[in-house]
Amino acid sequence: MSRGRPTARRVDRPRTPWPVVPLAAVALAFVLVPFAALLLRAPWGDLADLARDPVVRDALRLSLTTALAATGLCLLLGVPLAWVLARTRLPGRPVLRALVLLPMVLPPVVGGAALLFAFGRRGLLGEPVYEATGFLLPYSTWGVVVANTFVALPFLVLTVESGLRSADPRYEEAAATLGAGRWTVLRRITLPHAAPAIVAGAVLAWARALGEFGATVTFAGNLQGRTQTMPLAVYLALERGQRDAAVALSLVLIAVSLAVLLPLRDRWLAT
Amino acid sequence: MPATRARRLAALLAVPLVLLVLLAQLAACGDDGDGGDGASDRGTGSGAGEPLEGDLTVFAAASLTDAFDDLADAFEAAHPEVDVELNVGPSSGLREQILAGAPAAVFASADTSNMDQVVAAGAADDPQVFATNRLQIVVPAGNPGGVTGLADLADPDLLVGLCAEGVPCGDLGREALADAGVTPSVDTEEADVRALLTKVEAGDLDAGIVYVTDVLAAGDAVEGIAIPEEHNVVATYPIATLTGAGDADVAAAFVALVVSEEGQAILADHGFSAP
Repeated sequence: MSRGRPTARRVDRPRTPWPVVPLAAVALAFVLVPFAALLLRAPWGDLADLARDPVVRDALRLSLTTALAATGLCLLLGVPLAWVLARTRLPGRPVLRALVLLPMVLPPVVGGAALLFAFGRRGLLGEPVYEATGFLLPYSTWGVVVANTFVALPFLVLTVESGLRSADPRYEEAAATLGAGRWTVLRRITLPHAAPAIVAGAVLAWARALGEFGATVTFAGNLQGRTQTMPLAVYLALERGQRDAAVALSLVLIAVSLAVLLPLRDRWLAT
Repeated sequence: MPATRARRLAALLAVPLVLLVLLAQLAACGDDGDGGDGASDRGTGSGAGEPLEGDLTVFAAASLTDAFDDLADAFEAAHPEVDVELNVGPSSGLREQILAGAPAAVFASADTSNMDQVVAAGAADDPQVFATNRLQIVVPAGNPGGVTGLADLADPDLLVGLCAEGVPCGDLGREALADAGVTPSVDTEEADVRALLTKVEAGDLDAGIVYVTDVLAAGDAVEGIAIPEEHNVVATYPIATLTGAGDADVAAAFVALVVSEEGQAILADHGFSAP
């Protein structure tokens, strides 16, 4: 279209190799077929009743608030950690990075048990705190937030770190040369450059927190209105043999996550 | 140019070929599995006196975990060619798996209602009660919460867990509490009795209501506090062979062991009472 400059680039762009398209189609089908099966199993007639069920409302409210709080904690702690991993010359950084990613490979139930050993009533830190103040994370909504943060943090750190790494340091150097202080450079150059990565990381962390089950049920327990998030409600419905309710609850969860993720995807995550 | 074009063409052809070969191998694997099972079915299905063989999948309530481990060992000792696989969980969840077509041959439930639903769906034949169980309050060793009876479960300062409603131990526990006029201050509702027991064992809960047999299974890590007879509830355990699954002879032999003197002795070792 625009004759002159960018056409040359367009011609040089390699064509999509043949096997990419069918394999991508298989990948898409692999993701979509189970969802389609879920939709086919859905008890559509009961959905309206279910949406009014206080158990579902409590679980949905709890899921949304705890996932949001966990995302906030991830941002507060994860962005600085990503910074340290990306920008400092700390010795042993590769080891540190591997350790940060541990919660990603750990089965969440094991993560929950580890959290209990650390922050439970008989835990490493939990016991002295409980003795002194009577404050206890397990069985409280904060326990859910902590479990969510534990599993979601690596997703944010990983994304933000790679964003910080790929940013061109020359802009920061130029700003510093022109007399900007380190806070000004951070505010005006670094963070704006890393913003897409930070948003993408936050969205990933939020989605991971929203679906979190294993660490939550192990660490925080299960009580309606206090610790029972949507995934726990789904699991319990399955364990009780209420398959229809479980399917319906999952659909609500999927609908809510799509409602949040789709607009964000257009705005922030598209290339 | 022609050389690279030919190479590209070869690559284009190679990809679907490799995929086809992989698919064919997958299909062959599936066939092998089915064929193997079919053969073992035929091998044991007919003729008395032939040794039993094959796989036996037993679905058992979570509270039966240890007792059925021992029963499976005893069965395998008597029938070395049979491999018993135990799947334990809450009876309600097992029921749902069976009704959804899970390949189980025997179902042992912690209550009659879940078994009745399986029978009503035509998935099981004449269940028989093989054991009974009672409830007990379970506390961590040393009883840090100073629990003495059901009334303490209403104390908001104690960390109290119950099984979830809809799961046998949860329903029975609530029945006992209601009977004693106690409204519990519950901190967590666990999906099955073993999950609850684990949290009490670890000292993460001050008290919970489980079966007598679970307190026995946990050994020194916990203490049991009796629930007075007038409030206690009897759990009834039925067992049945399932109609949809595998080898009826092996399944029937397993049920026969459970109700036999030997099986009853194993169950008694784990704290179960005779029906």
